[in-house]
Amino acid sequence: MSITGSTVGTDKRGVRELGGEEKVGWDEVQQGVVLNSFDGTTEGAAFLKAEERNYADFNSYTATVASWRIIKPVYNRDICIDCQNCWVWCPDTSIISRDKQMLGIDYDHCKGCGVCVEVCPTNPKSLLMFSEATDNDEALAGWPVKEKKEK
Amino acid sequence: MAITSIKNLKEFSTNNDRFEGAHLLCPGCAHSMIVRELMNCTDDNLVISSNTGCLEVSTAVYPYTSWDTSWIHIGFENAATAVTGAEAMYKARKRKGTLKDPDAPVKFVAFGGDGSTYDIGFQWLSGAMERGHDFTYICLDNENYANTGGQRSSATPIGATTSTAQAGTHSYGKKEKKKDIVSIMAAHGSPYVAQLAPNKWKSMAKGFQKALETEGPCFINTVSACTTEWKFDPKDTIHITDLATDSLMFPIYEIIDGHELNILYRPKNIIKVEDYLGAQGRYKHLFKPENKHVIEQIQSDIDKKWDMLQRREEARI
Ligand SMILES: Cc1ncc(C[n+]2csc(CCOP(=O)(O)OP(=O)(O)O)c2C)c(N)n1
Ligand code: SF4
Ligand code: SF4
Ligand code: SF4
Ligand SMILES: [Mg+2]
Repeated sequence: MSITGSTVGTDKRGVRELGGEEKVGWDEVQQGVVLNSFDGTTEGAAFLKAEERNYADFNSYTATVASWRIIKPVYNRDICIDCQNCWVWCPDTSIISRDKQMLGIDYDHCKGCGVCVEVCPTNPKSLLMFSEATDNDEALAGWPVKEKKEK
Repeated sequence: MAITSIKNLKEFSTNNDRFEGAHLLCPGCAHSMIVRELMNCTDDNLVISSNTGCLEVSTAVYPYTSWDTSWIHIGFENAATAVTGAEAMYKARKRKGTLKDPDAPVKFVAFGGDGSTYDIGFQWLSGAMERGHDFTYICLDNENYANTGGQRSSATPIGATTSTAQAGTHSYGKKEKKKDIVSIMAAHGSPYVAQLAPNKWKSMAKGFQKALETEGPCFINTVSACTTEWKFDPKDTIHITDLATDSLMFPIYEIIDGHELNILYRPKNIIKVEDYLGAQGRYKHLFKPENKHVIEQIQSDIDKKWDMLQRREEARI
């Protein structure tokens, strides 16, 4: 097969031939999908806390998976030692930590897996699972007391 | 490279996550623990590609993305190709002086599941390693094709039941042993190869930082416990991973320049592999009397491998 110089790079089936302004040629179709994480630049995101960022509507941060939960973790600040175990192992970026302090749970993104409760080292735990319907204040009011170490 | 502090968890936690919630991975999935940690290890710009698999399908569900970085998915097998293409273009443009900000630090990273890494994307990965691009490839090894319903891969260990190697009256599950991807990648002469696990967050973060800092193609195999296909309670992801590293089913080690081997974690109490196997539904059938020999085989393979790793470390060759 030989390609002559004049045909290379020429689209014989251009916009007009396809009929109508709204249609585009094969080489003009945008392939795939581009979703912007932020309105504006993505650069520097590492230096901004979530509340300082300009999230685009495409960013899953703006969505919620709260309906996945049937149980939820409740956080008790009184016992917490800010070890950040829960932060490092939460699979859903749902532990809110700022300036080395654990502040609480992001219930829009938490799926209720219970990992944070398992890795919490305090006694009693500073995080416990409750049914989704439980009121957080009630959960805190009935918090268990320190467990005696079994011999 | 702008490394973030991993001295202790408190300092590490001052990082601003660039992997967002409301992705659709299962509750308790270790994939996201590993990805979050990689992205929290550095403040540099990241250019990331992902092979098809749980991570990719769950983090880019139209109209949402969970990635606060440049991220691309093309096909099942070509994350290594895509990201090394971007790296080559970046270098070329730097040379030509056409980059907007040539001094902005940037790192290139590819993620793949074990199916796409050990099997279907294997030649694409091998090619990218051989071409010597400056990138880090991270395999999220959950030992099966999880996204399509748990088929066996060459990363599935002997004895595990999977949807295509089912345990039953006539079978104890997969008959073949797991492929040693770490040795294969080290044999490419890669400057940094490691096997890491999310329960040992510090050695994992250190390994990630080393790989990102090292010029050239680096490879890391990470143990990614899969609550759905390994069959354990989602809350136990870290516990199961502890059992994996403490039974030495997943030894944690690195290989530098293809030969210098360092063990990165030595369990104080090495536990029997049956404690690890017994905690997961996929190995339940191995505890029947007729399958006991498989557990013995797994234990003996682990012992031999641990002995080999220690000898290689000691030999410094
Ligand atoms: C070439 C090709 N073959 C098969 C598939 C179907 N497929 C999509 S995801 C997947 C499983 C991926 O397994 P793995 O790489 O281990 O990642 P995991 O989902 O376990 O994280 C398969 C087989 C595909 N998309 N493309
Ligand atoms: S329950 Fe799971 S998702 Fe929710 S905060 Fe705890 S670790 Fe994160
Ligand atoms: S794991 Fe427990 S003690 Fe540690 S920061 Fe979280 S809630 Fe506090
Ligand atoms: S199937 Fe396994 S790897 Fe896939 S999202 Fe669920 S837990 Fe994660
Ligand atoms: Mg897999």
